[in-house]
Amino acid sequence: MRYLLAVLALAALATLPMVFGDYGTGMLVGLAGYVTLATSWAMFSGPTRYISLATVAFFGVGAYTVAVLNEVLPYPLVLLAAAGIGATMALLVGLSTLRLAGIYFVIFSFGLAELVRQLITWFEVNVTGTLGRYIFLDLEAKHIFWQLLALGAATLALSAWIRRSRLGLALRVIGDDETVAAHSGINLARTKLVLFVASATIITLVGAIQAPRWVYVEPSIVFNPTVSFLTVIMALLGGATRLWGPLCGAVPLFLLFEWLSARFPDHFSILLGLMFMAVVYALPDGVLAALEKFRSKGNGNSATKPAKEANA
Amino acid sequence: MSVLLETQGLTKRFGGLTAVNGVSLTVRRGEVLGLLGPNGSGKTTLMNLISGALKSSEGALLINGKDMTGAPPHRIAKSGVARTFQLVKILPSLTLEENVMVPAAFGPDRLWGRALKAQVAECLDMVGLHARAGQQASELTYIDQKRLELARALASAPKLLLLDEWLAGLNPTELHEGIRLIRELEQTGITIIMVEHIMDAVRALCPRCAVMNSGTLIADGPTDQVLSDPHVVAAYLGEEDA
Repeated sequence: MRYLLAVLALAALATLPMVFGDYGTGMLVGLAGYVTLATSWAMFSGPTRYISLATVAFFGVGAYTVAVLNEVLPYPLVLLAAAGIGATMALLVGLSTLRLAGIYFVIFSFGLAELVRQLITWFEVNVTGTLGRYIFLDLEAKHIFWQLLALGAATLALSAWIRRSRLGLALRVIGDDETVAAHSGINLARTKLVLFVASATIITLVGAIQAPRWVYVEPSIVFNPTVSFLTVIMALLGGATRLWGPLCGAVPLFLLFEWLSARFPDHFSILLGLMFMAVVYALPDGVLAALEKFRSKGNGNSATKPAKEANA
Repeated sequence: MSVLLETQGLTKRFGGLTAVNGVSLTVRRGEVLGLLGPNGSGKTTLMNLISGALKSSEGALLINGKDMTGAPPHRIAKSGVARTFQLVKILPSLTLEENVMVPAAFGPDRLWGRALKAQVAECLDMVGLHARAGQQASELTYIDQKRLELARALASAPKLLLLDEWLAGLNPTELHEGIRLIRELEQTGITIIMVEHIMDAVRALCPRCAVMNSGTLIADGPTDQVLSDPHVVAAYLGEEDA
């Protein structure tokens, strides 16, 4: 029954491009992209509490892979190559950085995006002699939307599966106390690495799938750090430890940012920063958790009473 | 009785400080060993070496006949060693049930599904917390956190249980209850090493004691004998003519 509902919902979403026209479909592409980014980001960062600002490093690598390979390989193989490159990069980065704690990981992950961007720029300028590439793929906005829709659904399904698996439990324990996790038999390094690679591979694919929208691609376009910040704030707003949290954060924020960047193009960064602070201070666990708390208060403490009786 | 744990000249240095110095200890299956010594004598460091929280600078660690020298904590946990911590460590965002689930799911038996549920229920029942299985661990009082930690350590059905001052900080009633709990455990045939300062508890629970002072083992034998050993008395109270 639930699967049937999911399929029906997906089918309904897939017809949206016919309803909204070209401009609307462009928005849908961005929306589906951010929902997928936020959900896959939260897959790793939600339970482990490793705040990663490396989203755009992988996203950009995905887009650049398409830019480099789009005239060489058939499209499905290009996507496969992007996924492979993203996974390999995540594996290397994960092996060298997942030992870093808290703030050091945040800083490293932010630096990683810049590092990759500079490396590619250097390579393009000094080796290939061109900065900027064209993507000529016969893909319309609706085709891109359908791919992102499928990827987003797959990401949600994977997240749901992980939450119910042993892996999900391991991640929550790691988020609470790494010492206890290790002494309970959890292989910390491997668990974190598996999730980091899965999350980064999906992020790379989002970049790859969205790339044809740009037509012209250069490092400063695809490695825009705003992508990383938006992903984090969306996931945190909805609630990074919940399955539907990132989606609930991504949809309203994406629409809000679209509107803001059209209305106040010059002050966009300031507004983004203010939003960031508001979310972190006012809703540290996300909107969904806040709603739940509010509702249990509204019920006149009936939810907490049985627990207190058991205490006595 | 076969040997379960053997340390051979286990040594741990922190820079210039030797916290554990050449400790050789043999613990047989089913034994309950009290590990005593003044503050800073290296008891907790030795426990950390056995559980894999720290890697030894020198010496060897054998668990169940297997060489575990330098093994990471998750491998030692999988070989059947469980522990509690000197400063209680619960998993605050998880429920009691989930707390206890963890070592059972990732330990030697890797339980899941119905077997896991049954094991968790049994362990929570043993420490008297089964009625509150669904509660958040962060809501527990100190004694209940200690109980939960014990239940969690037991969930992996360990061969060797390391209790690091598990009885510390309890009031007399709770202490009585705690001693009863550990005695119940002893009857299941589990091997226990307990670091403890409360002498009444040591006398009641540990037939054998080992005493450390400044990183070295200064006595090891039947509890009565060890506690009347002049070296041990000197270590605790200072030399007679000092």
